[in-house]
Amino acid sequence: MARLKLKEHVINRDWCKGCGICVHFCPKKVLELDSQEKVVAVRPEDCICCKLCELRCPDLAIEVVTTQTNQAAETDQAAQDE
Amino acid sequence: MAIKDYIRQRYFPQMWCPGCGHGIILNALLRAVDEMGLDKNNIVMTSGIGCSARISGYVDFHSLHTLHGRALAFATGVKLSKPELTLLVPMGDGDALAIGGNHFIHAARRNIDMTAIVMNNRIYGMTGGQYSPLSGPGKKATTAPYTTIDNDFDVVKLSIAAGASFVARSTAYHVLECIDILKKAIEHKGFSVVEILSQCPTHYGRKNKEGDASQMLEFQKNTTAKLGSKALEQDPTLIPRGVFVDIDAPEYCQEYDRIVERAMKGSQNQIHKFDKTLRDEANQTCPKP
Ligand SMILES: Cc1ncc(C[n+]2csc(CCOP(=O)(O)OP(=O)(O)O)c2C)c(N)n1
Ligand code: SF4
Ligand code: SF4
Ligand code: SF4
Ligand SMILES: [Mg+2]
Repeated sequence: MARLKLKEHVINRDWCKGCGICVHFCPKKVLELDSQEKVVAVRPEDCICCKLCELRCPDLAIEVVTTQTNQAAETDQAAQDE
Repeated sequence: MAIKDYIRQRYFPQMWCPGCGHGIILNALLRAVDEMGLDKNNIVMTSGIGCSARISGYVDFHSLHTLHGRALAFATGVKLSKPELTLLVPMGDGDALAIGGNHFIHAARRNIDMTAIVMNNRIYGMTGGQYSPLSGPGKKATTAPYTTIDNDFDVVKLSIAAGASFVARSTAYHVLECIDILKKAIEHKGFSVVEILSQCPTHYGRKNKEGDASQMLEFQKNTTAKLGSKALEQDPTLIPRGVFVDIDAPEYCQEYDRIVERAMKGSQNQIHKFDKTLRDEANQTCPKP
């Protein structure tokens, strides 16, 4: 299973409502809300690309873009978290 | 396809409150449809009225935003006229089991091929936080300032008793499990029910002091357990999650096709008999020269 490598967190600031779900459940504390209550990736180097932030966002406002899209690796990592 | 290809982006940001669980259910459903590689032109979503029902506006499938409690009735009409289409029917807890309760049990009884998704936030979100048949006793609501005394339905048991051939439960917190279960439910030929526990931080959460959206998701995590798990065995008060029923049973549209076939054969025989009588009569009345 190939390991995913982070390219970037694509955040749609118009859609993000600052609910904080992604911040609260990120296993590596990568995300924070800024002064405008929009999410930002403050520690992208710690991201393990589990994509749980993307999957649990009610507003489809955050996308974790990776260099490999290996479905097996994704679900494997995320499953560990659950 | 990318997830964004399955939504009507012009309606975003969507109208749900920050942290509303209904958005997570939309997210999971889009992933399920995407992973199954379904053609969006072959999907029809019907919905009733409620915050939950607004979901049909956001998906780029064929969609019908109909009457409170009647999403399954409209879906039944669509499915019977075009059985080749995939029917997705998301409903609120009030929509599905208060005003729509009768439609719900009868659609299950017929085992018509569609996927009913109960977006259960245990409250009437849209109308301001009245209690629903899924609130359960001891809950606060606009209509129950001193807490509810009504028992709640167990959606899983009710669906099984009514005849649904696929019955499952998950939560917005367990999003990967949701995606997996939704795929199985859509794949299943027959009436599928997927109850997904959702959070309404605005009404239910505030009134019942369950905290913000994240804390309500923590609550879903801590008060449920997978079927067959140690946790469930040790603490039967936990709400079980997983697939409860997945059986093959005669499906309504297929049975209807068979009736049509029988009726056609019957009428063919009638026509043959009628033709023969006419011929016989003609032979008698018109002797050959
Ligand atoms: C025939 C009819 N009766 C009542 C209403 C008022 N009404 C609108 S939404 C709703 C309940 C919504 O609760 P639920 O189905 O749980 O959806 P939620 O908003 O919680 O997602 C009610 C009673 C209506 N629109 N139509
Ligand atoms: S979960 Fe989505 S809407 Fe909520 S803060 Fe994160 S990106 Fe924003
Ligand atoms: S992908 Fe996982 S580790 Fe990375 S920011 Fe999202 S939740 Fe955190
Ligand atoms: S009122 Fe409740 S159910 Fe409706 S959008 Fe807000 S949080 Fe969601
Ligand atoms: Mg509700």
